[in-house]
Amino acid sequence: MSSPVPAVEARSVVKLFGQGNAAVRALDEVSVAVAAGEFFTLLGPSGCGKTTLLRCIAGFETPTDGAILLGGRDITAEPPNRRRVNTVFQSYALFPHLTVRENVSFGLEMLGRPRAEIRDTTDRMLALVQLDAMADRRPDALSGGQQQRVALARALAPAPEVLLLDEPLSALDLKLRKEMQAELKRLQHETGITFVFVTHDQEEALAMSDRIGVMSGGRLLQVGSPRDIYDRPATRFVADFIGETNVLSGMAEGAVARLPTGETLALPAACSGPVTLAVRPEQLRLAPPWEDGALRATVTGATYLGTDSRLRLRLADGTEMVARIPSVPGGESVPAPGTEVGLAPVRGAVQVLAE
Amino acid sequence: MSEAALSRPAMAAAARPGRRVRPFSATGLPGFTAVAVAVFLLLYLPIAALIVYSFNASNSIVNWGGFSLRWYEAAWNNRAVQDAAVRSLVIATVAALASTALATLAAIGTTRQGRFRGRMAIWGTINLPLMVPEIVTGVALLIVFGQVRAWTGYQGLGYLMLAHTAFCIPFAYLPIRARLETMDRTLETAAADLYASPWQAFRRVTLPLLAPGIAAGMMLAFVISLDDVIITEFVKSAGQDTLPTWMLGQFRRTLTPEVNAISTAILALTLVPLTAFFLVTRRRPPTHR
Ligand SMILES: Nc1ncnc2c1ncn2[C@@H]1O[C@H](COP(=O)(O)OP(=O)(O)O)[C@@H](O)[C@H]1O
Ligand SMILES: [Mg+2]
Repeated sequence: MSSPVPAVEARSVVKLFGQGNAAVRALDEVSVAVAAGEFFTLLGPSGCGKTTLLRCIAGFETPTDGAILLGGRDITAEPPNRRRVNTVFQSYALFPHLTVRENVSFGLEMLGRPRAEIRDTTDRMLALVQLDAMADRRPDALSGGQQQRVALARALAPAPEVLLLDEPLSALDLKLRKEMQAELKRLQHETGITFVFVTHDQEEALAMSDRIGVMSGGRLLQVGSPRDIYDRPATRFVADFIGETNVLSGMAEGAVARLPTGETLALPAACSGPVTLAVRPEQLRLAPPWEDGALRATVTGATYLGTDSRLRLRLADGTEMVARIPSVPGGESVPAPGTEVGLAPVRGAVQVLAE
Repeated sequence: MSEAALSRPAMAAAARPGRRVRPFSATGLPGFTAVAVAVFLLLYLPIAALIVYSFNASNSIVNWGGFSLRWYEAAWNNRAVQDAAVRSLVIATVAALASTALATLAAIGTTRQGRFRGRMAIWGTINLPLMVPEIVTGVALLIVFGQVRAWTGYQGLGYLMLAHTAFCIPFAYLPIRARLETMDRTLETAAADLYASPWQAFRRVTLPLLAPGIAAGMMLAFVISLDDVIITEFVKSAGQDTLPTWMLGQFRRTLTPEVNAISTAILALTLVPLTAFFLVTRRRPPTHR
């Protein structure tokens, strides 16, 4: 964000697979700019075009339309081996006939760097991912987590302008995954390289990213910081995909929206016409049913989760709602099913979605 | 959707106790062992006899006269055998190298170019010689090379080398192609990602991973060429006997254990590289994931 020129940029990138009516629109007018040194995450469900976008940046696919820029330079027509971009493949794609050391030094050798530099950089990279002791082994003598680290070292060694990571952690078990998340953040911090990271795991995206781009059906729906995306989702899809949310429809009448139940909710900004509203479950508070601004609801079920309870409720018109009520030490338990309660959104909780 | 429908027969089977489905077992067939033993005897007993009688001290290929290496010595010192052996090895080496090089290019061309029109036709064209009766190929080559001989006056071993190269190509092609098809293409993508030019990616990644397939193809081609009689018989000029055609010629005269000795030597010549190849490829870790 310090540099005015983005490290990597996609401009209205369209990618079609197949021809004519049978064509799949894997990318639909995707435009995004990633700042130098940023940890940028592409988040979206399987099949939304994340891999295709990475492959367009790496040069393995040619966009049907649009341009890819690296450090402000148009590289759309350049072959992969001319782009200062490296990829950590989902399957790692380590060279099985080469040792760990030879894998890591491969890129530097292809770049024609002097021998001494290759040796020093390779040593440094092996130390960085704590694989010095494994340098002379072949990849298939390593565990999954170790192979992952070789793949990282191999991609980082040539000091690319941008590192692309395609769901690198999806093959690891939960514990290793958490470790590698921390490891990736550390590596990015130490190398200062721009990371474009792909995942379909929203928790991973929220925990690791400087900014997130949410994709669906080949489109980039929203780009923002984890907080932005979570607190101010732009569309219903984003609101649903990132965490749990309550979606309500209503009719805006200036500063308030009238719900089908006849009750009103305060809007963050005045507008008019039909609106879709979103409220996070943890931003709802239990109130007496008669309180001003609270929605009347009936409790239909509750699950105790330790730090809080997940309460299921139904509004007067049948709309299902979820609220997360924090546990209070020694406090009373949550209302039993059948209880009539009021649901009050905390200040600023109601978001207007652009359907 | 159809999960419930699919699992119903399975549930029915599970509900019927004591009626487990036993898979078909060939070894359980009556007389399996007897047939198997008979087949192995038929395959290996004659070869064993051939090897044993190559050490016969007498002139006969059926009556044992004690152990001796005299027929190996006789074959070794036989001028005709020496010439034929050298000719066989030269032709087999040239044919193995040339056919493997061509087959490697063909295999890469037919598996690495993606789908293109006529790919199946090319695949068929490469493999069809395996199906064409050798005698037909022999006659066809005899006619064509006869013409060429008449035009150019060239009489050398080139015709045999060309013919052997041609019929060895499909044998070399099959293992190379099999290897290419199981190879992970992401590896080539990864090489390109790491700044390898297409040639460097081929040289540093594809070729080393393909090496076992190439070696297998070359070995197969060498053995096939070494062993060929029919096509060689048609293509060779006078005085161009290879070991097999020379041996065939001997059958018109009295047979001595010298033929056994030569056969045993050829057998060793084909088994040694195959065994070496097997041991080398087994010791190395598998080269694809
Ligand atoms: N080589 C291809 N040929 C045809 N369709 C493809 C190809 N690659 C991807 N697609 C299609 O493009 C869409 C996006 O795929 P992809 O980028 O792999 O999604 P993601 O990585 O988000 O799971 C999918 O519908 C997929 O089927
Ligand atoms: Mg993908």
